Amino acid sequence: MSRLAARFQELRHEGRAGLVTYVTAADPDIPTSAKVLTALAEGGADIIEVGMPFTDPMADGPAIQAASRRALEAGGSLQATLDLVAGFRKSDDKTPIVLMGYYNPIYRRGVREFLIAARDAGVDGLIVVDLPPEEDDELCLPARSAGLDFIRLATPTTDDARLPAVLQNTSGFLYYVAIAGITGTASAAQSDVAAAMARLKGATALPVAVGFGIKTPDQAAAIARVADGVVVGSAIVDIIARSEPGDAPAAVAEFVGSLACGVKRARDSEAA
Amino acid sequence: MTIQERPNSYRNGPDERGRFGIFGGRFVAETLMPLILSLEEAYDAARNDPAFAAELAGLGKDYIGRPSPLYFAERLTAELGGAQIWFKRDELNHTGSHKINNCIGQILLAKRMGKTRIIAETGAGQHGVATATVCARFGLPCVVYMGAKDVERQAPNVFRMKLLGAEVVPVTAGAGTLKDAMNEALRDWVASVDNTYYLIGTAAGPHPYPRMVRDFQSVIGTEARAQMLEQAGKLPDLVAACVGGGSNAIGLFHPFLDDPSVDIVGIEAGGKGLEGDEHCASLTAGQPGVLHGNRTYLLQDSDGQILEGHSISAGLDYPGIGPEHAWLKETGRVRYVPVGDADALDGFQLLARTEGILPALEPAHALAHIAKIAPSMSPDSTILMNLCGRGDKDVHTVAAALEARASAAH
Repeated sequence: MSRLAARFQELRHEGRAGLVTYVTAADPDIPTSAKVLTALAEGGADIIEVGMPFTDPMADGPAIQAASRRALEAGGSLQATLDLVAGFRKSDDKTPIVLMGYYNPIYRRGVREFLIAARDAGVDGLIVVDLPPEEDDELCLPARSAGLDFIRLATPTTDDARLPAVLQNTSGFLYYVAIAGITGTASAAQSDVAAAMARLKGATALPVAVGFGIKTPDQAAAIARVADGVVVGSAIVDIIARSEPGDAPAAVAEFVGSLACGVKRARDSEAA
Repeated sequence: MTIQERPNSYRNGPDERGRFGIFGGRFVAETLMPLILSLEEAYDAARNDPAFAAELAGLGKDYIGRPSPLYFAERLTAELGGAQIWFKRDELNHTGSHKINNCIGQILLAKRMGKTRIIAETGAGQHGVATATVCARFGLPCVVYMGAKDVERQAPNVFRMKLLGAEVVPVTAGAGTLKDAMNEALRDWVASVDNTYYLIGTAAGPHPYPRMVRDFQSVIGTEARAQMLEQAGKLPDLVAACVGGGSNAIGLFHPFLDDPSVDIVGIEAGGKGLEGDEHCASLTAGQPGVLHGNRTYLLQDSDGQILEGHSISAGLDYPGIGPEHAWLKETGRVRYVPVGDADALDGFQLLARTEGILPALEPAHALAHIAKIAPSMSPDSTILMNLCGRGDKDVHTVAAALEARASAAH
């Protein structure tokens, strides 16, 4: 069983949603980023998304744009991202790692070579923002053949007619982008998310994680009541941006701890 | 009809996936995908609708001033002493460049789709001005994203856009040029898909934009081909245009692609030379990659990070190129050559002096290439070049560059 499948099975047994955290690899520098990854897991992240730095993050808001810039200035690259994952795997063989980013660095590296390197580094899945189902033969299908999950984004603009195409080759989990927009900006109302979840769950047996605009433990708890996973990215990246590099891992661990607490108590309070 | 069904034609692309060979495609976020598909559907319906064609032609004639003249450059030809040089005068269009051809087409499409807000990116400001113009003409609100560096070096166009009622948003991300403006426009669009139409200015981006922009700009080549036959009595031996994103060039080239006797050359911005990173010659010095919705040649490093590039001309300052040009390069049908800042500056002055025409710095690159090769061609041969924009917007840039050149010489 893949690490992602195993993790979602555990979460089902625990009867709670998972906390999915995002940071950009090599932000603010490579050694600090290694410690941040460990801090995420120790703080209570159930799944870690690691951003592959890119010069032109078209679907990202100011926080993650700045993170990419810091990472690239500090020597971040696709190889550095894979090295960070391999380093993390030395001490943690359970927490699933999903690489998230844009296609060009992967294309430039060569899809085949990248997939082998990613699997060897201990990567479990990929989210590539600019590869819709129409381009599945580029990376999605080769990744599935190589044993990596390919996690697709569904959005408020993904209507019922289109949803089957989005779901067709998706694996691991489905990532529901709660707003039509970029990362780290507006947040969606719990009621809207609940309605979307009902629609998605009717169409797939995959776990569904919800992200974009979730910034506080309370927001995370609200989404955790209706989704299988809650994704928090820009709010964590903002903490890295505000901290001295030496303080960033501890600050991230503390914040992620509060998010994990929100996610874990979400369904308790509902029962109470 | 796919490319495979008619292998003897260069004019059948893109295929149903929006590809020219391996180039093109639809590399966009899921949020935009349904919109891209509905845009394709709307465009397919429009281009088969005689009423749409009639409205486009009417506005072309009475609002843009089409057909633009074909002009024999007698004094320039005499000065260079070789091939006869003919200019397609798209700099005489309303708003001063070829950009308006595409903007009129797309705003009619936006209206058909019921969109109520227009966004655009701009480099030199020519596309921004053309977009602001058609928005004023059709009464739609307009937001133009423009790199902060370009806002500074193209101040007259910024003022024109504001006069036309557009909101100009300076983009400080990255190096503050066209690529960053396009990123920001895409970010706006992803958050405003319900009511907003993204009016892309060049023959790049996700399918169907490269095809659609090419079709709207092909009026240049269609007119020029007929005008050459009528005025020069034969097809040109060489067709030339500058390429940044490549919209004026593809518009001129496309109607000539299946004329085997016509040699075609695209002129890229060689900036300060191809040795370093300070150029925008993505076809000559870049590699295939994926950016802004399409696969094409890009200036990038070995990690796939996009480079900023440089050109004295803001309109050529883009690290990518329309995907059809990438395919035409690979097939060998079109040659692409770089021309640097200094030569473009010479071309600008040459045309001013010999013909009384101030070209934009973008076509000044093409002119510089022609000035190099025309003397070695026979006086019976003809060159057709697209004069795609006028140089009024560039006089300050040219003045500063000439001053720097003069002080360096002392």
